[in-house]
Amino acid sequence: MSMKFSEEHEWVIVEGDIATVGITDYAQKALGDIVFVESPDVGSEINQGDETGVVESVKAASDIITPVSGEVVEINGDLEAAPNTVNTDPTGDGWMFKVRLSDAEELDGLMNDEEYKAHCESVDE
Amino acid sequence: MTNADLQFTPLHALHRKLGAKMSAFAGYDMPVSYPLGILKEHEHTRTAASLFDVSHMGQAIIRGDNVVAAFETLISGDIEGLVSYGSRYTLLTNDQGGIRDDLMVSRLGKKLFVVVNAGCKAQDFAYIHEHIGDQVEIEVLTNMALLALQGPKASEVLARHVTTVQHMNFMSIAELHINNIQCLITRSGYTGEDGYEISLPAQDAENLAQLLMGEDEVEFAGLGARDSLRLEAGLCLHGSDIDPTTTPIEASLTWVIGKSRRKEDAFPGANIIIDQIANRPSRKRVGIKPKGRAPARAGTKITNLEGNAIGVITSGGFGPTFGGPLAMGYINIEFFKPETQVLLIIRGKAVPAQVIKLPFVPHNYFTSQKQ
Repeated sequence: MSMKFSEEHEWVIVEGDIATVGITDYAQKALGDIVFVESPDVGSEINQGDETGVVESVKAASDIITPVSGEVVEINGDLEAAPNTVNTDPTGDGWMFKVRLSDAEELDGLMNDEEYKAHCESVDE
Repeated sequence: MTNADLQFTPLHALHRKLGAKMSAFAGYDMPVSYPLGILKEHEHTRTAASLFDVSHMGQAIIRGDNVVAAFETLISGDIEGLVSYGSRYTLLTNDQGGIRDDLMVSRLGKKLFVVVNAGCKAQDFAYIHEHIGDQVEIEVLTNMALLALQGPKASEVLARHVTTVQHMNFMSIAELHINNIQCLITRSGYTGEDGYEISLPAQDAENLAQLLMGEDEVEFAGLGARDSLRLEAGLCLHGSDIDPTTTPIEASLTWVIGKSRRKEDAFPGANIIIDQIANRPSRKRVGIKPKGRAPARAGTKITNLEGNAIGVITSGGFGPTFGGPLAMGYINIEFFKPETQVLLIIRGKAVPAQVIKLPFVPHNYFTSQKQ
């Protein structure tokens, strides 16, 4: 499956029933230098639209809004020591958490690459 | 406020051209950061020299036969005892002993040169006029820019264009020319580093900015870095760490109350302030170091280890030079001693923290050998 995007600038990619979530390149650029990432607890149940974590830059804190629902099965522990990985590789090593999807249909409501690009352009205007 | 209502500084077009992220601050469209980013701009200021546009701040010349005595009736500082061409950080206080604004006052021959906060400037100048306008003339310098060059290389860089600045004392002012531009230069700043604040005609601001940017050691830095730098230096931001409801004693700014000024009725709220010097206030501004990596932002509740509220964070974030989260806030007087263990309530979770002596990063101000 290709990457999907939310209006709140999170990305999600699914393998089997596990979705990996992070913030987009657009989001990391807007936030600037990231110094702290707070992830949801492993084992917790989260619902689409919940504030499931926080990304702190030097400047300000910003909520992570989960684009999908399910059980958190893993978090990216490397971000604790190296939160700036979210700046350098937001859609790769800068991933934030993995969710066992409870409702795969939620993915249909998310944007594809092209739609997300258009969304970012409309936000900039 | 819509963008159309925002005011521009004389360097606005240059900031845009340089690719700055702009944001509304005190009614101005100001650069928060440049493509370098806050972290690198901050580090650059601590190791080389950064140029800040602070033209949004309020500048004025106050003159009159009795200007020093008249102005002293409104502020906590000793200006009478200030040497000619000396500068002093001081406070405009209210009748409750609260801080209307913090400001820089310089003695410029028989005149005073004052620099006040952008967010307070209209009310400050109206207030000064209302109270001592019959004794002094207040010339608000609306057509002047203010640039701050800050960092350990600031002196070396600026001296290439005007050698005299190397010999200026910290907290002094001089009228000098740079490239035929008439400038009022104070050796001061708000980053904890050596540096200068340069007041000059608005129409020359871009010229000077280009000249300084042409130096290898100089990069532009925005309000984001200015905030993290002043926080590490333990310096107060008016409207956050100090305001009309906090007294200078509560704000741990007792040093700003001139010894000769500690008399009843010497300035607004002096009786309350003097009483607090003698009898301690009920709360004090302190540095707070959160354990772990989570920054504690303004508004974060401080509790004791039993979970009872004992204070609140007024400024907080991440200190790039300090290397971790850091904050300032007000805490009940029985908890103000350094190393006192407290808890911060961050997003509903209690995070251990401790009171820490300010500043977080030692000041690196210029001191002359002769002093």
